[in-house]
Amino acid sequence: MWSSPFITLPSSVSQIMLRVLIALIPGIAAYVWYFGPAILVSIALASVTALATEAVMLKLRNRPLKPFLSDNSALITAWLLALSIPPLAPWWLVVVGTVFGIAVAKHLYGGLGNNIFNPAMVGYAVLIISFPGHMTHWLTPHAIGMLELPFSDQLGYIFGGILPAGLTLDAVTTATPLDTLKTQLHLGLSVNEIREMPIYGYLSGKGSEIVALGFAIGGLYMLATRIITWYLPLIYLAALFSIAGFFHLYDPAHYASPLFHWFSGAAMLGAFFIFTDPIGSPTTRKGKIIYAVGAALLTWLIRTFGGFPDGVAFAALLMNICVPLIDAYSQPRVFGKKGDGK
Amino acid sequence: MRQLFKFHGGVHPPTHKAESTRTPIAQAKMPSRLVIPLHQHVGNRAVPVVQVGERVLKGQIIGRPDGRLSSAVHASTSGTVSAIDMQLVAHFSGLPDLCITLIPDGRDEWIEHSGVDYKQTPHTELRHLLREAGVVGLGGAVFPSDLKSYSNKHKIKTLVLNGAECEPYITCDDLLMRERAGDTLRGAEVLRELLYAEEVLIGIEDNKPEAIAAMKKAVEQDGHQHMEVIAVPTLYPGGGAKQLIRVLTGIEVAAGVRSTEKGVQCFNVATAWSTWRAIAHGEPLLSRIVTVTGNVEHAQNFEVLLGTPVEELVAQAGSRPDTNRHIMGGPMMGVDLPSGQVGVTKATNCIIEGSDKLFPPPAPALPCIRCTRCADVCPADLQPQDLYWFAKSNNFGKTQEFHLFDCIECGACAYVCPSHIPLVQYYRYAKSEIWQREREAQSAEVARERHEYRQFRIEREKQEKAERLAQKEKAALAAKPAVPAPLPVAAAPNADPDDTLQMRVDADVAKANLQLRIDAAVARAKEQAATAKPRNTDALTPAQQAEIAEIEARRAKLREMASGAGADDEPPKHN
Repeated sequence: MWSSPFITLPSSVSQIMLRVLIALIPGIAAYVWYFGPAILVSIALASVTALATEAVMLKLRNRPLKPFLSDNSALITAWLLALSIPPLAPWWLVVVGTVFGIAVAKHLYGGLGNNIFNPAMVGYAVLIISFPGHMTHWLTPHAIGMLELPFSDQLGYIFGGILPAGLTLDAVTTATPLDTLKTQLHLGLSVNEIREMPIYGYLSGKGSEIVALGFAIGGLYMLATRIITWYLPLIYLAALFSIAGFFHLYDPAHYASPLFHWFSGAAMLGAFFIFTDPIGSPTTRKGKIIYAVGAALLTWLIRTFGGFPDGVAFAALLMNICVPLIDAYSQPRVFGKKGDGK
Repeated sequence: MRQLFKFHGGVHPPTHKAESTRTPIAQAKMPSRLVIPLHQHVGNRAVPVVQVGERVLKGQIIGRPDGRLSSAVHASTSGTVSAIDMQLVAHFSGLPDLCITLIPDGRDEWIEHSGVDYKQTPHTELRHLLREAGVVGLGGAVFPSDLKSYSNKHKIKTLVLNGAECEPYITCDDLLMRERAGDTLRGAEVLRELLYAEEVLIGIEDNKPEAIAAMKKAVEQDGHQHMEVIAVPTLYPGGGAKQLIRVLTGIEVAAGVRSTEKGVQCFNVATAWSTWRAIAHGEPLLSRIVTVTGNVEHAQNFEVLLGTPVEELVAQAGSRPDTNRHIMGGPMMGVDLPSGQVGVTKATNCIIEGSDKLFPPPAPALPCIRCTRCADVCPADLQPQDLYWFAKSNNFGKTQEFHLFDCIECGACAYVCPSHIPLVQYYRYAKSEIWQREREAQSAEVARERHEYRQFRIEREKQEKAERLAQKEKAALAAKPAVPAPLPVAAAPNADPDDTLQMRVDADVAKANLQLRIDAAVARAKEQAATAKPRNTDALTPAQQAEIAEIEARRAKLREMASGAGADDEPPKHN
């Protein structure tokens, strides 16, 4: 005998994860448009590594391969990690990050559903701490008149570590807009002076602001299809806007504008794709709000005062730690009960 | 326009109601036999009052209510009692229960019966009539209606008449309201009188426009002044009593709280109809409307005699050959019947014929990804993903802390779960484990009391023996031991006398629920005992046997002396 309910919605984990992957496509397309196809190489490399690592770990843990390899969750980890690191980097960089994320952060914690830390962000943290040099050489966007490496030479560097004669890595890459802002502020320039530099566009970095817009569009698609709920992403963005806006009004020469924060670095990617990872975020409505505000505050603090170029990854990991506590203290009122549900 | 309220969550499963509403209610054929369970209601099983071989008339009581929380069971037609024995019944436990098998004689000969004018009859008498007529809640809870139509010390403002029928496939209440609105409302008027309620709010989901129109028309035609028919949004589980009360009145009735405390009572429309038949016509509850749908050629509602074997009923709707299960109730909360031989009961509102095509077996469950779709749809605003986590890890204390017993098992969480986790099964498991543990703790307490009393008694015997020896009186045996102290009995709760009836009823309900679980556990235990190893009392040496014989003799003597003193050596019975 089988017990009720006898019917279920025709949804599945792999379908949800697939929609997340689809939602990443507009951002990736913008990335390719402005920075060339090298990012696709990273994504492919990360995807293959993630699935292989997943298979090996499942085998070691005596778990069935098919349901878990087809749940698409490893691919999300792979894509998010690939999008977080510079495309022009040695091939082993993305491989090391992916293997660490999947093997340690995901499977050693119990696999799908039990990974308290976002595996992609753990992979990123390992890389930026262990190989900071490789993590700061970003491709320059097209059409700002800087020297660009042809795609074939990019492949040569990624897989062989060889640059065309006479070129150094520094000559064909640049720091991120966030990183540049931080460095130049230290050198005494004001925000407005820095924003005059050629890598900046309308709101933030040239090209990268459009990529961020692409992620936001993907995020709205996920909201519309109810893959994610609005609490987390919208409150994160609102909180980031408020914090950055407050300081920008207070001292516009030293604090970047709220829109700059929105469209720089991984803020949009984080708002819709990283902080919304259900496994590492709170389950209660109130908890999601607390989590989003905390993440925004940490993002802004790390970006403004921290030693790393962006704050999203560490904000995510730090907030991941707080989730059990947030959940415990944000339980909703149960039907018919008074106040805190007691 | 009346203001309606919302409850949290809810889902919109495909309703599949159109299939069975195309034709009017049909009279089901007289079956070849009736298997009538004596336990068709919440509370104590009715006691059989007929003999095998006896001829009974339609409407004759064949099972008397046992205790306050119980209800009568009747012969659904005239015929001969062919068996009184344990048979499989329509219950989720899958365990057999006492049933009376009746072979109809085809004459359908009524027992003498007549109705009363409810306005001229005292309320206690009306309630007695309901109890004698076996009227219980027909929405599925099967709670004896005589007990629910008693307002107690609480002032009842609102009587909610539940015609929401939110579960997919089921249409028996829809058809009842379309075809029998007049008597349904008359019954509701009787119930309103009994409760001294000021108003009757009739909640019907807005996917049943014909029923709403029929009920509105009946309210107008018969001039029911205190009644209002209200269309409520179609949203599962909006037909749950607590949810409907919330939607209509804004009042939330928490788990473990009686709605009467909040001034509301709720009856199903079919219960109101049966109330009218019982009071005004003296007709006991002998049949009910059952929707037969699912994997059948022509889904339809039937007026079915209680006890009709499910297989004989579904054949009349053209059950298809690939049917592999009969589901009693809806697809969200129904029961997969243990057999097609079980009889239709007062709780059988619907039989859905299932096949693998209609209800594909669930995909293997994946881990929970904490997506909280379950929490988003939970009508009790629980955190199903946390309850699942705690139930799975046998952390029952935590499940209670997270309000496990507020779960109404509506199945909305499992319906939306993308990991296909059978969440409700985990909650049922945790609940039954908690009940079982409470029972074990109770019996441990009883055992401890028995042990302490035994120690006390042995000590006393010793003393008496010593005294007797010291006095060296020849007639020592004539000396009766002193009256022992009474058994320590748990103090009766110092309750408000007005509330004691309801409290007793509540306790009985809990006990009855517990009993079902216990029966299952006992069956398991018996199975284990059958395969258990021989006890250490087998294969003993002669010396040990002699020792045991000596102990037994001593115990027999003690028992004799104790009973002579009026003490009861038997453990207190625990029912």
